[in-house]
Amino acid sequence: MGEIAKAYFIAKKDMGAYYLKPPLISWGLMLPIVFVLAFYFRNPAGIIEVVPGLIGLTLLFSCTSMAAIVITFEKRIGALERLLLAPLNFRTILFGKSLGSTLFGLMVAVFITLILIPLMGLSVKHFWAFVLIFIFSGLAFSLLGILISVGVKEVFEAMTMSNFFRFPMIFLCGVFFPVSSMPYPLPILSYLLPLTYTVDGLKHCMLEENGMIPLYLDLLILLGFVFLLFSLSLFIFKKRIRQEF
Amino acid sequence: MNDIIQVKDLTKVYGGNLAIDHISFHVRDGEVFGFLGPNGAGKTTTIRIMVGLTQPGSGTVWIDGHDILKEPVEVKKTIGLVPETSNLYGELTALKNLIYQAELYEVPKKERRTRAFNLLEEFSLKEHQEKPFQALSRGLKRRLTIAAALVHKPKILFLDEPTTGLDVMSARGLRKLIGDLKKKGVTIFLTTHYIPEAESLCDRIAVIMKGKIRVIDTPESIKAQVKEMDVLEIGLDRITEDLKNKLFLMEGIEKILISENRIRLHTKTLDQITPSVIQVIEKQGAKIEMINTLSPTLEDAFIKITGLDSDVMKIDKPMKTGIE
Repeated sequence: MGEIAKAYFIAKKDMGAYYLKPPLISWGLMLPIVFVLAFYFRNPAGIIEVVPGLIGLTLLFSCTSMAAIVITFEKRIGALERLLLAPLNFRTILFGKSLGSTLFGLMVAVFITLILIPLMGLSVKHFWAFVLIFIFSGLAFSLLGILISVGVKEVFEAMTMSNFFRFPMIFLCGVFFPVSSMPYPLPILSYLLPLTYTVDGLKHCMLEENGMIPLYLDLLILLGFVFLLFSLSLFIFKKRIRQEF
Repeated sequence: MNDIIQVKDLTKVYGGNLAIDHISFHVRDGEVFGFLGPNGAGKTTTIRIMVGLTQPGSGTVWIDGHDILKEPVEVKKTIGLVPETSNLYGELTALKNLIYQAELYEVPKKERRTRAFNLLEEFSLKEHQEKPFQALSRGLKRRLTIAAALVHKPKILFLDEPTTGLDVMSARGLRKLIGDLKKKGVTIFLTTHYIPEAESLCDRIAVIMKGKIRVIDTPESIKAQVKEMDVLEIGLDRITEDLKNKLFLMEGIEKILISENRIRLHTKTLDQITPSVIQVIEKQGAKIEMINTLSPTLEDAFIKITGLDSDVMKIDKPMKTGIE
């Protein structure tokens, strides 16, 4: 049986088991929805400019929150041990865990997108690029969530640690105002964060804007983040598991 | 019989202490092999190294012809582990937990549900199949955890302290189940700190203490090590400190064990010592309610081998965090 099939089983189980966990509902679902509603009620017409940012933000929070649950919670109750006992290599476990988080994040982000697009009268250009941005960003954010949570013991610690990265990203990644308008050296930090390219790519696809860099570069950089974060997470995951078990 | 498990010169250091101290042993195909020792002896560490959860400091572990360090995935296909803590997924139902395990262990798709249903039937869990794991009683959780370890029909089943925390009936049912698995040809490696459990279940036992194996043999052969010793058991209405001191000073008594109002004396000179003991007791004003000579038990042999009091073995580990 292929490793991809096993990763899918892990993802399917995580989706079924954890989507109703309170930290996931509050951080992965409620927070993005509250952001969207807050911006909508403040200025319904002006929300169009921040729609790509809000969608990127939704993906970021839902994917990282799910990643925190699937690793930390299972470590705490001892269930992660079952995966380590099964005939799976570390790569498959990591891919399965990130896939589950990505699928959850995509579901939430697609739900928000399907409401916002008709509500704002937006259309999607470059449909397949739009889909790829969702997938690459979802994977990158999930892996980032795993990287953060693999070293802590409790779910609340993982959420707190995640927020150290997530909240600065809201301001640094062009969610609410363009990276180009930020004072030096903040743009340098922006270029190091995956959400910047998610938002830029989504702007290409949803708004009449050229974006910060060409769309294909956004896609390539996001794909690069996926590989980089996968390798880094795999290294840290193996190291932590060997230390803790 | 072939050796299905071979462990050579295994070590593990934790926090500067040698938790496993150069141990070597083998397990034969189809036997029930027990690791007997007090808490902290190194039983769980050994089992975790053998199943690939913990990295050894040095040494080798071969399971069914595969090196655990070089071919962990191959080893994991042939083994099942029932950890000390029942750690299935609390949110999933009993049935879904078994199907998920079947998926991970590469059970063909068309067989997954059938195997899960058969195991639920076999373990008398059918009526609980739709209940989430977290809603089951401790005994039912234990049964389901064992069922989950068997879903891929492993050649070897590892059981870490299988009856710890179970009520008498559940523990008895579990022991019967281990016997049934042996009849089916499954090799069983279990750790326990219950001496009677090791004696009744195991074909061979390794006594482990402070990370070292003291003896490996059949329960009968281990007991034979104390055959020259007789045991005199006396029940009294009360046991005073003065009486204890007098008995400890008597010659010809190898060991004295006292629990509640019973005294067990280990001696090689039963005939000579018995009248003297009775005399001492009567002088102290205690009333003899029962007096008996016993054959040496595995417990007696264990005490001789390890020098430990058998009460040490009755101490359970504190429960770990997790779904119990």
